[in-house]
Amino acid sequence: MLEAADLACERGGRKLFHRMSFCVANGDTVRITGANGSGKTSLLRILCGLLEPTQGEVRWNGARIQSLREEYARNIVYLGHAPAVKDELTGAENLRAACALAGVAVSAAQLRDALAHFGVPGDKAVRQLSQGQRRRAALARLVVSGAAPVWLLDEPFTALDAGAAQLTRALLGEHAQRGGSVVYTTHQPVDLRDSRVIEL
Amino acid sequence: MRVVVWRELLVAMRRRSDIGTVLLFFVIVVSLFPLGIGADPDKLRVLAPGIIWVAALLSSMLSLGRLFAADYADGTLEQMLLGAAPLGATAAAKAFAHWLVSGLPLVAIAPLLALQYDLPAGLYGMLALSLLLGTPVLSLIGGIGAALTLGVRGGGVLLALLVLPLYVPVLVMGAGSVEMASAGLGGQGQLLILGAMLIVAAAFAPWATAAALRISSE
Repeated sequence: MLEAADLACERGGRKLFHRMSFCVANGDTVRITGANGSGKTSLLRILCGLLEPTQGEVRWNGARIQSLREEYARNIVYLGHAPAVKDELTGAENLRAACALAGVAVSAAQLRDALAHFGVPGDKAVRQLSQGQRRRAALARLVVSGAAPVWLLDEPFTALDAGAAQLTRALLGEHAQRGGSVVYTTHQPVDLRDSRVIEL
Repeated sequence: MRVVVWRELLVAMRRRSDIGTVLLFFVIVVSLFPLGIGADPDKLRVLAPGIIWVAALLSSMLSLGRLFAADYADGTLEQMLLGAAPLGATAAAKAFAHWLVSGLPLVAIAPLLALQYDLPAGLYGMLALSLLLGTPVLSLIGGIGAALTLGVRGGGVLLALLVLPLYVPVLVMGAGSVEMASAGLGGQGQLLILGAMLIVAAAFAPWATAAALRISSE
């Protein structure tokens, strides 16, 4: 269970939020909404440990995530604003590297299937792909990341066409159903059964 | 670990021009001095170790700016920070890949360039050996500087100011070993110190790099 206790965040001298406490239990889908600059991304980065909160702490099964570090990292998938794919590499190479980095063992067949699921050409350098296809290449990681209990997704639906958005929505739904938790930010109205909405 | 090196090498292979620029810079800097100083073999022989080492320092630094900048921009740095391996290990792998791409080629080509300086036959091996021990230290120390200046405007100049003073011991020992050898005093002492520097840098620099990366990616 992921727990945020009394979080406060300040960026560049501006208070984004304070006294933010919530729990994300297994099977929960939590949506974070708010205007541009309200701190959605900061909150997600705090939840995954990339950013230290000004006050408060994040706990994973009762322990501070700062003290768990890699152990916590193995339990989460974070997809940020930037798609985290290298232009020079192909979709398959990118996915392979991302999985190995996250400590997830995947077979060549699984990689192929994951990319095919999102319709990303596996053998083309990402440089030649469109913005939306890059996004798809990044999201393909979710297909093989079912074992990680917590998904933290920053604007997963940006730059996606209707088909890819539908695929992503289905993946998030499946993940919650098998007992995983999803925390995501979005601007678009998304048809997902959210257990909670956090308004910033 | 392996995957980081594999990915770096793959990216480098697809962007061969980057490796080429660093190597060419090294070749040009080393070749400029004989042209500027004149063809006096005695003078050149004395200057050779220092010039080649300074050129190696500069070209190693030239490629440092890119060490983490691309990862920072495309978001892969965040994934490394959240990787299953300790960040220090990832930083070590990055430094190793940087050395393979921009240090090792210098080691290989330096003896060839030293021909222009008419070094005595016995010194070519010494020069290559000192570079082989010294250039990894440059990559390791440079990694700290590159991580600290990440996302800073005008980071390139700052990086040079930060890292070049730290390179001084390596330069003194590296060039010193060849000079000692040319004076007939062996130079093994300097090589041993270079080796010790390499061991210390390999043990500590990746963790310092990791700490710097955490700070600059906040």
